[in-house]
Amino acid sequence: MEACGQLKEDYDACFNVWFSQKFLKGDNNDSMCAQLLKVYKQCVEKSMKDHHIDLKDADIEILGTEKEAKVPEK
Amino acid sequence: MVKYFESKTVFHFSWDQVAQGFWKRYPNPESTHVLSEDTIYREVRGNKLFSKRLLTKTNRVPKWGERFIGSPVVKIVEESIVDPQAKTLTTYTRNLGYAKVMSLVEKVVYRQSEENPNWTVAERSAWVDSQVMGFGRAIQAFGIDRFKKNCVKMVSGFNFVLASMFPAAVLPASHGVSTPVMTRGEKLKDAAKKASELAKSKANTLYATCEPSS
Repeated sequence: MEACGQLKEDYDACFNVWFSQKFLKGDNNDSMCAQLLKVYKQCVEKSMKDHHIDLKDADIEILGTEKEAKVPEK
Repeated sequence: MVKYFESKTVFHFSWDQVAQGFWKRYPNPESTHVLSEDTIYREVRGNKLFSKRLLTKTNRVPKWGERFIGSPVVKIVEESIVDPQAKTLTTYTRNLGYAKVMSLVEKVVYRQSEENPNWTVAERSAWVDSQVMGFGRAIQAFGIDRFKKNCVKMVSGFNFVLASMFPAAVLPASHGVSTPVMTRGEKLKDAAKKASELAKSKANTLYATCEPSS
């Protein structure tokens, strides 16, 4: 969302450092960027509401569940 | 009737590099159709990283398609799971809205190459479906064309990002961007472009290549 550009940039920068320096090295503690993610997500949610974007469908989790599309039998 | 595709791409970068590059894929010179990219969910669960991003893209719609697809902006949900122990990155993307007109689901699994531990294999599956009476086949053919084009863009755009992030990994012989080695599978010729020929295709699985056609 355009309105959240700066917050996104700040969060993404933090996340990319966390992902390569911590997560890929076995550190699962994700508190490092939690606060940045929180304010950024709040902004995105508000922005979507303002633009009347309903994301009920987006909330559904499919990957890793029974709902995934199936590979046809050969 | 859902059309199913598979393709395989080898990236000449390690899995760790590909996983890091995945989050920085946009923008790249091939991604001008990507308008926005936002993280709407992210959590570590049982040593794995679960993320959900919302992408908006512009999509060229053929003239005859305008009656079905009004807005050229498509919203896409991308779910992903990163498993650093197994060294797999799995992504699952689907379009929101227009699901009856054309639904395109793609699943990509990035894993370490068995051939070379410094390479990463991306196994891509795609499902294209349309429930529009009478136009279903034409829309599917359009979806196939879209898939093939996006496939090429995905690979060259991703390689561009990886090469700029990890220049040392690029082979000296290449010109800045490494050329991906493709597993061609059965080549589909140009059949995929033509709906009539598509209808004759009896195989359940089509192999689309991620190579530029020119």
